Amino acid sequence: MSVTADDVRRIARLARLAEPEDRVDALVGELNGILDWIEQLNEVDVEGVQAMTTPVAFPLPMREDKVTDGGIRDKVLANAPKSDEGFFVVPKSVE
Amino acid sequence: MSDLLKLSLADVSAKLKAKEVSASELASEAVEACKAAQPSLNAFTAFDEDKTQAMAKAADERLAKGEGGLLEGVPLAIKDLFAVEGVDTSASSNILKGFKPTYESTVTSKLWGEGAVFVAKTSMDEFAMGSSNETANTGPVVNPWKAAGGNESLTPGGSSGGSAAAVAADLCFGATGTDTGGSIRQPAAFTGTVGVKATYGRTSRWGVVAFASSLDHPGPFAKTVKDSAMMLQAMSGHDPKDSTSLPNDVPDFVAACGQSVKGLRIGVPKEYRVDGMPEEIEKAWQQGIDWLKAAGCEIVDISLPHTKYALPAYYIVAPAEASSNLARYDGMRYGNRVDGPDLNGTYENTRGAGFGHEVQRRIMIGTYVLSAGYYDAYYLRAQKVRTRILEDFTRAFDKVDAILTPSAPSAAFALGSKSDDPIAMYLNDVFTVTANLAGVPAMSVPAGLDSTGLPLGLQVITRALDEETMFKVGAALEDSAGFTQKAAKWW
Repeated sequence: MSVTADDVRRIARLARLAEPEDRVDALVGELNGILDWIEQLNEVDVEGVQAMTTPVAFPLPMREDKVTDGGIRDKVLANAPKSDEGFFVVPKSVE
Repeated sequence: MSDLLKLSLADVSAKLKAKEVSASELASEAVEACKAAQPSLNAFTAFDEDKTQAMAKAADERLAKGEGGLLEGVPLAIKDLFAVEGVDTSASSNILKGFKPTYESTVTSKLWGEGAVFVAKTSMDEFAMGSSNETANTGPVVNPWKAAGGNESLTPGGSSGGSAAAVAADLCFGATGTDTGGSIRQPAAFTGTVGVKATYGRTSRWGVVAFASSLDHPGPFAKTVKDSAMMLQAMSGHDPKDSTSLPNDVPDFVAACGQSVKGLRIGVPKEYRVDGMPEEIEKAWQQGIDWLKAAGCEIVDISLPHTKYALPAYYIVAPAEASSNLARYDGMRYGNRVDGPDLNGTYENTRGAGFGHEVQRRIMIGTYVLSAGYYDAYYLRAQKVRTRILEDFTRAFDKVDAILTPSAPSAAFALGSKSDDPIAMYLNDVFTVTANLAGVPAMSVPAGLDSTGLPLGLQVITRALDEETMFKVGAALEDSAGFTQKAAKWW
């Protein structure tokens, strides 16, 4: 499987990354280089093998379902690029 | 500068407890040494001298009363991936430039809880994605070590390059790192320091900027094996704020250092003899085998047949998790925003401007392997290969107590020599990445110098939760190697 310039533009859009047009060709080469190298995984027999989703091999405890933090509005807003009157200010998203 | 900074963490800790030196004095010396080295090594991203002095003063007060924790008064450097309250934490990325956390990571809280003193934040590959520290937004860190007779700038390794350089150059007594594919152990090997990654879940990820959550392991850099055990002791333990944090009791890692290794079975995996590996790495490995044999270990040939598939599997799993984790950087709640024509345009401009090339490349790979039509072929297959790699270790640990391998396939290389070839760079992690995929503990211990005078490291891997055997074997290797060499000071 290999990616084309159109694929790169589509992936960039999915990833919400503005890729300048003059980067697209370079990215096609880089991504295909990595994907070709990854192809060797097809040599591994994975028939009937369970997918590993976590390396934790031990039972983990559930925590109590209760609020343990809060009332820190100013802290939450402290690093916001734009805020006003205790709110995040974001671009309009609904017409 | 006095010679105090050359001491080990354990030795300086004894001097602090005996009141032969004050924490305030020591902290000032460390900050001064870091600042003096900064123009040459470029290892640091932030200082906060008021914080440093306040912490040192509090440590002195506790020490005066005969109190104090395991690391009381000891100056430590912190990788820029850990949130330190009120101190710039940017993961060496422009997208987080100027971010000041209003909270403290669990691991750093635990270190401060044992009395350690903050000295500086250290540079790293952007979002921990790299093996040479060259993707940092503040430029590469320079390795304190240089090849004999040469003046070329070498990489300290990555991603935790600043922490490795700071410890190697005696600018502090230890530092934190994170290891997702080898980002503690490879830089430790390149700088003649000790680097440890414990069992997955032993150290909390809370407050550590996420790269690939199922692979990220916070851990220490130190000058000696015992120092690294002291630091890991302080960093470990259950954290309800990290759902993958292990509830198990933390054993006495420090006590394990120096215990006899007689009778331990040490596995030597044939698959770690890779094509094109320098003969000197092979020699260092053989030396390590001979040392452990002489110390009474039984050497056992083993096979980890899926080793060569670990890196390609990693380069699906890690970017997939990263593309998901880094979706949070949208310029809305924190980080820098670059406006666009509409909301999506703002997201795209923000992320296009804020992330460097390597990070964008990995986000794109991750997005692709998770996208409709490719998920089964790439992501699901990689997770199954990950199971195969874990099975390799499980079978091996039926026969052996620990596994000995080289830490990296080469000594430190020149800055710029691999930055145009992503795959050549990725291959740096060929020996380390397996332990991340399996979640088992592993450490790198300095083994000696190669013929050009650069440090080489040996890696010890043990069963999940058995860090004690890892420290035993690590300390035995350290004892036999007698590695006391330091980089000649040029900074």
